Amino acid sequence: MTTPLAAAKFDGVASSPSTLRAFLHGLPGVDRVGADARAAMLGTRSIKTTAKKQAIDTAIAMVDLTTLEGADTPGKVRAMCAKAVRPDPTDASVPPVAAVCVYPDLVATAVEALAGSGVKVASVATSFPSGRSSLEVKTAETRLAVAAGAAEIDMVIDRGAFLAGDYLKVYEEIVATKEACGEAHLKVILETGELATYDNVRRASWLAMIAGADFIKTSTGKVSPAATLPVTLVMLEAVRDFLAVTGRKVGVKPAGGIRTTKDAIKYLVLVNETAGPDWLHPDWFRLGASSLLNDLLMQRQKMATGRYAGPDYFTLD
Amino acid sequence: MSERLAVRKTYKLFIGGAFPRSESGRSYEVTSSKGDFLANAARASRKDARDAVVAARKAFPGWSGATAYNRGQILYRIAEMLEGRRAQFVAEITAVGGVGAKQAGDMVDATVDRLVWYAGWSDKIGAVVGSANPVAGPYFNLSSPEPTGVVAVIAPQTGPLLGLVSAIAPVIVTGNTCVVVACERVPLPAITLAEVLATSDLPGGVVNILTGSAAEIAPWLAGHMDVNGIDLTGADAELAVTCEELAAENLKRVLRPPAGPVDWLAEPGIGRMTAFLETKTVWHPIGV
Repeated sequence: MTTPLAAAKFDGVASSPSTLRAFLHGLPGVDRVGADARAAMLGTRSIKTTAKKQAIDTAIAMVDLTTLEGADTPGKVRAMCAKAVRPDPTDASVPPVAAVCVYPDLVATAVEALAGSGVKVASVATSFPSGRSSLEVKTAETRLAVAAGAAEIDMVIDRGAFLAGDYLKVYEEIVATKEACGEAHLKVILETGELATYDNVRRASWLAMIAGADFIKTSTGKVSPAATLPVTLVMLEAVRDFLAVTGRKVGVKPAGGIRTTKDAIKYLVLVNETAGPDWLHPDWFRLGASSLLNDLLMQRQKMATGRYAGPDYFTLD
Repeated sequence: MSERLAVRKTYKLFIGGAFPRSESGRSYEVTSSKGDFLANAARASRKDARDAVVAARKAFPGWSGATAYNRGQILYRIAEMLEGRRAQFVAEITAVGGVGAKQAGDMVDATVDRLVWYAGWSDKIGAVVGSANPVAGPYFNLSSPEPTGVVAVIAPQTGPLLGLVSAIAPVIVTGNTCVVVACERVPLPAITLAEVLATSDLPGGVVNILTGSAAEIAPWLAGHMDVNGIDLTGADAELAVTCEELAAENLKRVLRPPAGPVDWLAEPGIGRMTAFLETKTVWHPIGV
């Protein structure tokens, strides 16, 4: 597999709607039953004692601590940033989370609160969560967030255009947003809950990666179903194959609906068995969540003290 | 006409209003006092106890927030449902042996009466243990009883039905939710009671019943940071000490096991209710 050849191949792909369509529809179909069964099988792996302890710490370091509510206030964001840096105030051995994810207008607050901590600030942009606006508005919002100091941008794709078959529009939006990002990392939210089929998830994954995504992310968290194991499996296969073809590594971020330590560990197993251990790092795999962090901390404390922990002893989100 | 196949009942746990098998997949044989096989019951593990605490915690806001009147109605409803199952309870109690049908019937009747008795207390306990306090200042000063939260109940080893209900009813009537470890030797009435509870408008998770070894499960409940109180009535002396030590970590309210044998037929008094009540005192300015 030679990189220049592959790159050349992808150069032409987006030259017209028909070539892009031909490429995406030329991708092999996903065996839905097989993907579901494999994800379910990997979910039964038993991770205990020291391995579990390691998995919990890995998962904490991969969390994108998220608050995307209409009722978010600067105070809430600051509180969440404090928690991101020091998830368990009683235990300094707990690693900080990977990033804090907020709306663009609160980026400046988060940047100030996290200065010097190493925790990154991510911002959603491009008319999150629906993606229903003009390209000008979307890129302007992206620039705004980057100017405010966001190191990562979580954009949503235009699902309406994607489902209507207007792949080139989706492609161009991602390219334009990537350009607007400048130095910032771009995560592309596919909103798999609205894509209907695993074939579409695979197509959207490749489309985003060809267009320059640094990460592909399952969901906004506003649509049910949000992240599921089989969908993440399909996306992990896509980034693995993309690396083999182009030599460029892309990260994956399941988000929404991951609430328990058990769920998080299932995702880690899935990453290890699908994309490989190279992806088991916060640079390449993230968990978008809010309530998950408390459950991870409670499990961690249970392992440390031998008694079940209670939510009374952890901060409310 | 061929002989009918026997339809035997599967005795399972009662967690969050559902009847799951033990997470561990374990079961144990329940026998009569003569050693005859009666049934297989689920042997709950610590993880079942953990799940039950989660269910009880989830049910707490709704149950404690319900009006006292409503809780009393639901307890009365449990009594109604239990009355309808009288024959089944008599059969289960007599099958264990040592008790005649007449005596077992009296026990079931006493259980129904006990529920009615506690149902009546739901909207009166506040008047008995609460108070309007005279204070040296322009304030209304009111003390009112509040439920403690999630209570673990180690059910009595005597009185498989009457003792069990006499332990559960005072805990829930005031608004607590509970996780009960049923009597290990005679667990079948406890599971049948769960079927009664499930059809009595009692919200799922208010009462959760585990069958199995108290010695195995109780310490996990006693140490659990999300359990607020523990009733050790059914624990032996050694287990009670272990549990009380574990319970000290988050200052659980502990009801110690009784010193001698308990006559469950006697009127219980309000001690079991007040054991799991806390007092909230409110100062309210006058004339503002």
